[in-house]
Amino acid sequence: MIETDQLTRCYGNLTAVDALSIRVEPGQVLGLLGPNGAGKSTAMRMIAGFLVPTSGTARVCGHDVSREPMKAKRALGYLPEGAPSYGEMTVREFLQFIIRMRGFKPDAGYRRFEAIVQQLQLEEVLGLCIDTLSKGLRRRVGLAQAILHDPPVLMLDEPTDGLDPNQKHAVRQLIDVMARERTILISTHLLEEVHALCNRVVIIARGKLLADATPAELEARSRYHGAVSFSAPGSGMSQEMLGRLPQVAAIEVDPLDGRITVFPKPGERILEPVETLLREQGLEVSEIQLERGRLDEVFRQITTADVSVGGHA
Amino acid sequence: MSPVNAVLRRELRSYFVTPVAYVFLVIFLVLAGILTFYVGDFYERGQADLQPFFVMHPWLYLILVPAITMRMWAEETKGGTLELLLTLPLTLWQAMLGKFFAAWLFIGLALVLTFPIWITVNYLGSPDNGVILASYLGSWLMAGSFIAIGACLSALTHSQVVAFILTALVCVLLILVGQPQVLDFFSGTLPRRLINAVAHLSMLRHFEAIARGVLDIRDLLYFLLSMIGWLIGGVLLLDMKRTR
Repeated sequence: MIETDQLTRCYGNLTAVDALSIRVEPGQVLGLLGPNGAGKSTAMRMIAGFLVPTSGTARVCGHDVSREPMKAKRALGYLPEGAPSYGEMTVREFLQFIIRMRGFKPDAGYRRFEAIVQQLQLEEVLGLCIDTLSKGLRRRVGLAQAILHDPPVLMLDEPTDGLDPNQKHAVRQLIDVMARERTILISTHLLEEVHALCNRVVIIARGKLLADATPAELEARSRYHGAVSFSAPGSGMSQEMLGRLPQVAAIEVDPLDGRITVFPKPGERILEPVETLLREQGLEVSEIQLERGRLDEVFRQITTADVSVGGHA
Repeated sequence: MSPVNAVLRRELRSYFVTPVAYVFLVIFLVLAGILTFYVGDFYERGQADLQPFFVMHPWLYLILVPAITMRMWAEETKGGTLELLLTLPLTLWQAMLGKFFAAWLFIGLALVLTFPIWITVNYLGSPDNGVILASYLGSWLMAGSFIAIGACLSALTHSQVVAFILTALVCVLLILVGQPQVLDFFSGTLPRRLINAVAHLSMLRHFEAIARGVLDIRDLLYFLLSMIGWLIGGVLLLDMKRTR
């Protein structure tokens, strides 16, 4: 479990994290979302015990990171931003160093080492210097470091940043497998990640918590939630007809590909009436889609609204 | 295995993986030899002792110890590994001691490798080996103090060059402060007592006392306390980084 209570961090006049209170339970994968410079990494660094909070507290598995730092650190696996590691060491040396730091007995340490190497498919690079590894491999070594002691709480700062789609997929699968009994906090600015990984999302900007919801709830806030979009050539006539449907609020046509999006009035379902109307008009529709809502739009809405408020303040 | 030990092993290994260790050992041994035989007039003095050898040590350390210690924390800060290290379950003290002992053991190794010079002097005459042993101990203690200074100042900055220069500067001050020339310069302006107190801060004075073969508890304490003091300073600086 991770709990923060009014966690605040200032750098001079700048408040990087502003009274952030979140709580992540076991089994949850919380995505910490925010624009660059929103305070995601600073918040994580405080929870990890690297930075001292200006005020407020953070607890990992009930251990206050300032009062019982050793207990908190033992319960936590942490991948810092950019997955830093000692470049002059080989992968084997580095992981063995972490094993020693984590206080494993030789036997248990060796078994754990074998298991982790297999799980993250590091067998072939064990003898290579970390400096010579690709970005994806280095990230994998960082992940191995973070989960080596099988921690109940896992905190990953942009775990898939800079990886290719295959590597991203591999990392996500790994997180998925680990998510079951663990508490996981992931920071990201990739919205696709939220769908792929998280069952809860916290959006912060300028250090302030702006939203705390499930991905579905966030999508429901989107203008596009429940909208119906389709492509149909020569549908100028039917647009007018669609506009007359009582459930429809607005219609937009994409100027580039001519795709039509029909927006519902609040609380209305429009897929069926739209389909019926199109059928009655005898229009050829190649494909029709009910939109879940667009996270990027919600994200922009939430985070930029804050900027304008901040501008007035 | 304790975290101190784990850090110590990692540091020592990183010396030997990168060329740092070999460059240091070669330069230290070559310079120690050259300075002893050419500058120190080892043969011409006609005395069976290692005094010309040990006299050079403070000046060797002045250049070589900052080269070892400058990367100690500066590199970790710059490379981001400080965040990794300090979020592992160890205290700042354990991290600091691990790094300090790694460097100190390494200098110890460099001193051990000067054994041919000791064999030479024993072959040529019959020196007082007790004095030589005491000198080695004094030299190693002085190296420890220099390392502690370097460890502290490396925590101050993320630039290795700045760490090097600051460390060398502090070390040269601590070597020179007890020299008669320096003390005479101030004798007209500063009160006698203050000058005496300052003179006692001199590394050279305490090192020379031990190197004469007299193991005075005050000289040992001087080195021990200066190591502890500078290491405390380093830990405080690291802690400030977390709050700043």
